[in-house]
Amino acid sequence: MFIELGHFALALALFLALIQSVVPLAGAARRLAGWMAVGRSAALGQFALVAVAFAALTHAYVTSDFSVANVAANSHSAKPMLYKISGVWGNHEGSMLLWVLILALCGAAVALFGSNLPRELRARVLAVQGMVGAGFLLFILATSNPFLRLVPAPADGQGLNPLLQDPGLAFHPPFLYLGYVGSSVAFAFAVAALIEGRVDAAWARWVRPWALLSWCGLTVGIALGSWWAYYTLGWGGWWFWDPVENASLLPWLSGTALIHSAIVVERRDTLKSWTILLAILTFSLALVGTFLVRSGVLSSVHAFAVDPSRGSFILGLLLLAIGGALALYAVRAPALQGGGLFAPISREGALVLNNLLMATATVTVLLGTLYPLFMDAVGGAKISVGPPFFNQTFVPLMVPALVAMAVGPLLAWKRGDLAAALQRLWVAFAAAAVVVLVGLYLAGFKPVLAVLGLGLAAWVAAGVLSEWAERVRLFRLPLGESWRRARGLPRASYGMSLAHFGVAVMVAGVAASAFEQERIENLRPGEHIAIAGYELRLREVRTVPGPNFIADEAVMEVRRGGVVLDEMLPQRRMFTVQQQTTALTAIRSGLAADLYLALGEGDAATGWTVRAYHKPLVSWIWLGALVMALGGVVSLTDRRWRLGVAARRPAAVPAAAE
Amino acid sequence: MRRLVYLLPLLLFAALAGYFAFALISGRDPRELPSALLDKPAPAFDLPGLGGERLSAATLRGEVFVLNFFASWCAPCRVEHPLLLRLARQEGVRLVGIAYKDRPEDSRRFLAELGDPYRAIGIDRDGRVAIDFGLYGVPETYVIDRQGHIRKRFVGPLSPGQVERELLPLLRGLARL
Amino acid sequence: MRRVLALLLLLAGPAFAVQPDERLADPVLEGRARALSRELRCVVCQNESIDESSATLARDLRLLLRERLAGGDSDAAAVAFLVARYGDFVLLRPPLRADTWLLWFGPFAVLVLGAAVTVLALRRRAAATVPPPLSAEEQARLDRLLRGDGA
Repeated sequence: MFIELGHFALALALFLALIQSVVPLAGAARRLAGWMAVGRSAALGQFALVAVAFAALTHAYVTSDFSVANVAANSHSAKPMLYKISGVWGNHEGSMLLWVLILALCGAAVALFGSNLPRELRARVLAVQGMVGAGFLLFILATSNPFLRLVPAPADGQGLNPLLQDPGLAFHPPFLYLGYVGSSVAFAFAVAALIEGRVDAAWARWVRPWALLSWCGLTVGIALGSWWAYYTLGWGGWWFWDPVENASLLPWLSGTALIHSAIVVERRDTLKSWTILLAILTFSLALVGTFLVRSGVLSSVHAFAVDPSRGSFILGLLLLAIGGALALYAVRAPALQGGGLFAPISREGALVLNNLLMATATVTVLLGTLYPLFMDAVGGAKISVGPPFFNQTFVPLMVPALVAMAVGPLLAWKRGDLAAALQRLWVAFAAAAVVVLVGLYLAGFKPVLAVLGLGLAAWVAAGVLSEWAERVRLFRLPLGESWRRARGLPRASYGMSLAHFGVAVMVAGVAASAFEQERIENLRPGEHIAIAGYELRLREVRTVPGPNFIADEAVMEVRRGGVVLDEMLPQRRMFTVQQQTTALTAIRSGLAADLYLALGEGDAATGWTVRAYHKPLVSWIWLGALVMALGGVVSLTDRRWRLGVAARRPAAVPAAAE
Repeated sequence: MRRLVYLLPLLLFAALAGYFAFALISGRDPRELPSALLDKPAPAFDLPGLGGERLSAATLRGEVFVLNFFASWCAPCRVEHPLLLRLARQEGVRLVGIAYKDRPEDSRRFLAELGDPYRAIGIDRDGRVAIDFGLYGVPETYVIDRQGHIRKRFVGPLSPGQVERELLPLLRGLARL
Repeated sequence: MRRVLALLLLLAGPAFAVQPDERLADPVLEGRARALSRELRCVVCQNESIDESSATLARDLRLLLRERLAGGDSDAAAVAFLVARYGDFVLLRPPLRADTWLLWFGPFAVLVLGAAVTVLALRRRAAATVPPPLSAEEQARLDRLLRGDGA
């Protein structure tokens, strides 16, 4: 009964979304307050209805109601409760429902907290949000309905894929969808601004929190996915440039450009059309990613169950949303006149450089991901584009971005003094040089690039600290005075410092992966592997039963210098129902390095294959991502967003007529 | 001129969407790999035979034949087997089999149970000959002409549709050459 | 062992990649094999190299690669051996050919083009905001104001 209620609620939500798409837009055009207010009510109502629908589906999963086709296909009574719940979005239909739930939530947030937005702008934003929501609700109801019944209801479900029962994997989609949906709000703002024909600092102030929220969601979502791959897949890889991974990276890259570009619009009233384009682009990439993952045109480990009719529908959504927005852009953007001029060497100049590099990186990843598809479609040869291509093209683009990351914040707006900025960075340069020299000494001359990467990370980290020290005039004023300044700094600047510092930490982790060591050995009880100064001795392999599997568990003793430090228990699990075997890796994480163990096949007679890795600084990759996201969150809590936009004084000199 | 620049994103997007639409409509399977040896000489091979005498590419030269890689442990091979029997017995197709990574006794048992459509069978225990053909799964079926060139590859179990629309017409065409 | 091998053929779950018994005794050759394996695609997997993959075909190709290297093939020859059989699809680094120019040179072209457009846009904007010159009357009025004569 609840399911039918949920189904009905979803249909009603579609109806409301359609109203939300049309009425406020008309109201804004005719300045009818009543019509514009409909946007607010519709958004709130839509959220309530979609929440009911989502609750209904969750209820079905939690109670293991196998008369619902979606539950029967993707759940099982023996699944632990946590995974029953996360199973709600672990399939195509449920994940789309989560999408629209978050979309409706964001729309409701704009409706509730947007009271200091100009009325027309808010109405238009809600209208565009409504359109996007309507599109997805229609997609769900037409092609991906989770509320279909299965008659007769089976005794139990089929969804017990052991690979999907994992905490990291359970939370990776919600964060990613938050990222994608957040970008739809920025998109709505961009389209609304184009309809209105005006982009100003107030608009930028409103867009930035949403762009930041989206970016934080994507950062955490991507990091979670990468971390999951690391501890699950048995050889410690964490990024494969797989098409679906790229699908989440693309909006992240363009989202990074967006949050930086919006700063310039806000502060200097320039780079408007470029920022609008970025806002459109970021959501477009989220949509393109959705298309790639769910339509079956690309093959990937991650791809959901594939259906060409779904692909066509999403393509239709793409055409309407992106085509429409870009057409609007082509017509309206030329009229958006910028204000402030700036010299090439300036804060704006650095941000423009960042934009350029991020945009190029986006195009690079897009090109690499789609090229095999293009060639295949035109009947050309079948080629592969894998990690070697991306490493060769993407990494060189990031190097100048990282160099500029330390310099940019030290440049003044409008016209910066590069020499002075570089002088302030002498500490950073020294730190980088020291790291490089020490690294070369310790590691030898191979791999040089990794050592340079570490130096680059040191450059950025020390640069962040130098910039902060500069702001509080550390050591140039009495410490108490510096402390007072530090407390007075806006949250957004701490957010920036944290986020950039997080980047440095992550880059260090990535660079250090070149120094990992691997040992694969066939061990009998009593034998050991020596790696990186550790001795890993196999004590025994015992059989361990689990709720839905039987596992071989190896008891590995970790010694260093003869002292037993720890015991690690890698497992090899055989799932009885699925007839599948997965390896449960044992990881001993430390700040300095991870010890990573995986167990292969074997038996008492022939011994067991054990694979051991020593991975220096690998946890820095995810720690860095977390610090980046934290920086974004800190920025979000800046008072300026909450206080709303101060009324603008009329500009002293209007921008010169064209 | 300036206005044209603003039109660029839309144009690029239109091209992209066009490609996507084309990819969707064409229904190409992204996982399917076309043979790298199409219209090239089939790899030479010399394998022990299931029936006792060896199977070599040289002895097969001069006639059109269909090479089918199979295995007793391969479920889809069971599905296509009746079709192979029909091809051999009713259509007179010259079918040659290669047992891929199979123990001879298992292959014999498989053929005893399901029927033997093959003129000759080779045993490829380590799968090297299969790799020479660019095989990436079983079953796979190759059409080889009189000159010993590979004319077509079918990946996966043959379907009646493929047989009617592609295999038989090709064989008739090659027989006339 | 055979039973286990049979199980490997059937399962899709992540088990293992390079096994101890595959490795070559010569560390230089083994190093070359590992490096090359990372550049070769496992054609039955979804986006894995033969170095990472646990599929049997990947193992066969790893062994074949090592045989070719041990037999004296250069890196290029060993890879060409596999490409002759499986096509360019097996290369994770796409070859540089006329039909992949766009792929390989695209990023650089975009960077250069983007930089050019940016510079031009900035220049044009700088030129556009030069205020229009004053007319003679306005100039005279300005001079009077500056002298302090009143408007």
